Amino acid sequence: MGTGRRAFVKSGALALVTMGLSPSFLRRTAFAMDLPKTKRGKVLICLFQRGAADALNMIVPHGEQAYYAMRPTIAIPRPQRGNDQTSVDLDGFFGLHPSLAPLERLYRDGVLAPIHAVGSPSATRSHFDAQDYMESGTPDLKSTPDGWLNRYLATHGTCEACAANAVESPFRAVAMTSQMPRIFEGPAATVAMASLGEFTVRADGDAAARLEALYRTGEADLVHGAGREMFEAVKLLKTANPQRYQPDNGADYPRSQFGQRLREIAQLIKSDVGLEIAFADVGGWDTHVNQGGATGQLAARLRDFAQSIAALVTDLGPRMSDVLIMSMTEFGRMASQNGNGGTDHGHAGAMFVLGGSVKGGRVLGKWPGLQREQLFEGRDLALTTDFRSVFAEVVSKHLGGEKLDKIFPGFAAHRLDWLGVL
Amino acid sequence: MRRPSLLGVLLATSVISLAALPTVQRELSTDEQAIHVLNRLAFGPRPGDVERVKAIGVDRWIAQQLDPRSIRNDANERLIADAFPSVRLTASRLFEEAPPPNVIRRQARRQGDTVLTRADSMMLRSAAREARAVVGDVIGARVARSLASERQLEEVMVDFWLNHFTVFAGKNVVRYYLVDYEREAIRPYALGRFRDLLGAVAQSPAMLLYLDNAQSVADSTRPTLGGRFGQGVRGRTGLRGRLARRPQAAARLDSLRARMPRGLNENYARELLELHTLGVDGGYSQQDVIEVARSLTGWTVPGARRGADGFRFVPMLHDAGEKRVLGHRLAAGRGIEDGEDVLDLLCNHPSTARHIARKLAIRFVSDTPPSQLVDRAAATFTRTHGDIREVVRTIITSEEFFSRAAYRAKVKSPFEVVVSALRALGASPDTTPRTAGAVALLGQPIYGHQAPNGWPETGEAWLNTGAILNRINFALAAAAGRMPGASARAWAGDSIARLSRDRQIDIVVEQLLGGRASSATREILATGRNPLLDRAASDNMQDTTTSDTAGDMLGLERPNAARRAGFGTPPKLTGVAELVGLALGSPEFQRR
Repeated sequence: MGTGRRAFVKSGALALVTMGLSPSFLRRTAFAMDLPKTKRGKVLICLFQRGAADALNMIVPHGEQAYYAMRPTIAIPRPQRGNDQTSVDLDGFFGLHPSLAPLERLYRDGVLAPIHAVGSPSATRSHFDAQDYMESGTPDLKSTPDGWLNRYLATHGTCEACAANAVESPFRAVAMTSQMPRIFEGPAATVAMASLGEFTVRADGDAAARLEALYRTGEADLVHGAGREMFEAVKLLKTANPQRYQPDNGADYPRSQFGQRLREIAQLIKSDVGLEIAFADVGGWDTHVNQGGATGQLAARLRDFAQSIAALVTDLGPRMSDVLIMSMTEFGRMASQNGNGGTDHGHAGAMFVLGGSVKGGRVLGKWPGLQREQLFEGRDLALTTDFRSVFAEVVSKHLGGEKLDKIFPGFAAHRLDWLGVL
Repeated sequence: MRRPSLLGVLLATSVISLAALPTVQRELSTDEQAIHVLNRLAFGPRPGDVERVKAIGVDRWIAQQLDPRSIRNDANERLIADAFPSVRLTASRLFEEAPPPNVIRRQARRQGDTVLTRADSMMLRSAAREARAVVGDVIGARVARSLASERQLEEVMVDFWLNHFTVFAGKNVVRYYLVDYEREAIRPYALGRFRDLLGAVAQSPAMLLYLDNAQSVADSTRPTLGGRFGQGVRGRTGLRGRLARRPQAAARLDSLRARMPRGLNENYARELLELHTLGVDGGYSQQDVIEVARSLTGWTVPGARRGADGFRFVPMLHDAGEKRVLGHRLAAGRGIEDGEDVLDLLCNHPSTARHIARKLAIRFVSDTPPSQLVDRAAATFTRTHGDIREVVRTIITSEEFFSRAAYRAKVKSPFEVVVSALRALGASPDTTPRTAGAVALLGQPIYGHQAPNGWPETGEAWLNTGAILNRINFALAAAAGRMPGASARAWAGDSIARLSRDRQIDIVVEQLLGGRASSATREILATGRNPLLDRAASDNMQDTTTSDTAGDMLGLERPNAARRAGFGTPPKLTGVAELVGLALGSPEFQRR
């Protein structure tokens, strides 16, 4: 960039101050001055299994007789060495669904922590309400306008070096989704894109250059400022060269949309564009009918899920020491199978937390049991860990977030209740 | 000095009121006034609209728009009903035609059909697709009406109220009630009485389901008008013992119980006060929220899960105890009157007048409307007992509305960007949900706002990095003829194509940008060079895009309109089409 333009933008921003415009806009304008590659920082990758994944068949309580009694045709068999149609034993009581076998190595390495009986304290069994609560971070409160990840972004500055220059990476928070997810909504700047390749001005010839020029005519209003910021971001992403990306360490991502999106998250991380929070979601978990057991519908979804995550970890290699992957789902499914070989909506669910600093190699969360009197409303896995206590621990210990009362209002985030995930 | 006769005074006032003549000099020229009203009281000018408004007269045009029934629109209504047949159907018909998959499953189970084959699974998946497609007609019709209706102000008001009283299509069965919501609760009252509008919304299945009032029932400690709800199930002894021998039936009973309403739900009551009427600082307490919720118990939609049609008040579910709402006592032992009285109280509250007046002024005038204008609009609200037409008239005939400061001061929402671009090109209505999908890609899926606060009415929220990129890509796609019904070539016709580049630029600037373009903008359009920079930015952008995967996993229960709606491979734009793409993607076009 020529110095002429920088000087111009700077004076434009100053002019705005005298006009009394909002400081947030000043930041946005100033941003166009410079876009250094940011220092490597901590990264959080949130993965949402939309549709309520069946916790009891993901992390199988093979030590519970009641589990087999309630699920006569869809239970995952007790572990048997050498039989890949049985659960993969973790600790003598719990095992992984055989499709999650790619994650076993990470558990043995102590970097993967499955969490059982975790979720929202709300009793709702509506997908919409439960997803809404998980993303707003305020169970049973509809009016919360923003998502909890955005509240983290809004209350916690970026790295010190960036803050000093009043520069914020446009890619600090990226959702690999075509629409902005609820969890990202709010005052802090976030970006949603269906793919990296799509984050570009889609025109042949010089139309794109002319459009950029139209936003750089020097007018210092909101629209021109946002446009300049966008063209800078597009260029920044181009320099990261996403078209020629080769995963490291022979990582082999599934061809699925989910796999490809995790691949692009790895690209973003490795290109040092300042990514701090990434989000992706994956559907197909609402298994009311013919859910299957060791094979079948759910098994296929879990295979894609596990292979994608395992490839991401392989690809990131030593970078995983700064990266934390956290999966979530809006609720679990009924303990008993239904009349269609599936499971209906339940209550507590399961999460996976994975990363270099995770104290893994053990299944976390108090196990409430599956006896009838132990079940929530006599039918669902009971809740023993509020999802906010996991989110709060991750935000605090991994990202260094401090204002937990702002991020999870109304939730007493007592450190004593934390599970010790990190 | 001769005193004017009484007759003379009467004549003078009646002439003024008939013609609604401006009493003060307006800061905008006549051309600017015409452009301004088309940008604010309509979704932007179509070719020739500015001349038409000037011919009618700006003030007469406003008066006509305030009285939609005076404007003929039959042809458009017929076109929309033909293109989107479900806009005429009831919720129960829609439910019958495309039932949600869980209803099909339940029926199968009831018939003892418990072994589902692979073919059954496929059938269920296609049923799920069809159930989602129910939303397609609704959102397609919204775009088509906004594009084509001659009653533009009515469409703007429908857009405003649908956002003020937002509901989310992805919540459970809400999608089946959207047609009914727009047609029965919103549209008839868009310029009517606020009390009628509020009452219609309060009794609409869409709102009752979206904010859970349908399942809000008297707490078990409270008296109701018809015995305790749920006593029947609890009271039967021995049932548990019999069920213990039949675990499947026991599970079903548990399932049934888990779905049963369990007491007061405050969601609707809270938003009714905070968002729909008084406003967040409107002077109410948490206790008021609870008391309002109690007053509205029993306002429900029995059988909504099976697609039942309408609102009902169910006395058995109603909390019949005494309540105190905003300092007013509601006596014990009453029924639906409790809720009706609450709505009356809210409509007559000064906070409501101010809240609604301010929000309308933000929509029509600027993100920071002058407080004197808000005061006058609120006073109109109070004086007319909430006559929306008169409140809007106060705002859009005001000096502030026609001020220089208000001109082009608003940033368009994604919906406004898409509809105004298509109107500018003289497009015919898209009969598919594709254009609605473009609105979603720009960040504003129709009926797709999850939280009850609705989309922002102010500009900054719309201008994040990804959103502005999508605005530009939409403009390029529209110019390239990728949006159904619109084409830059058809807009230009052969005559423009033969003109010189300079003349073409004149026409594009006049027709698409309302005549407003700096000399820098004109030069960029003409040569691609930015005279304000030391060099052209052209080396910055080399498009190497190959991906075309805008179709996306939107989450299980979200509207799927955006799925098919990517903007496709990069279009080749030349000649007039390129100019059109640049104009629609320009910063100037993002304002109204």
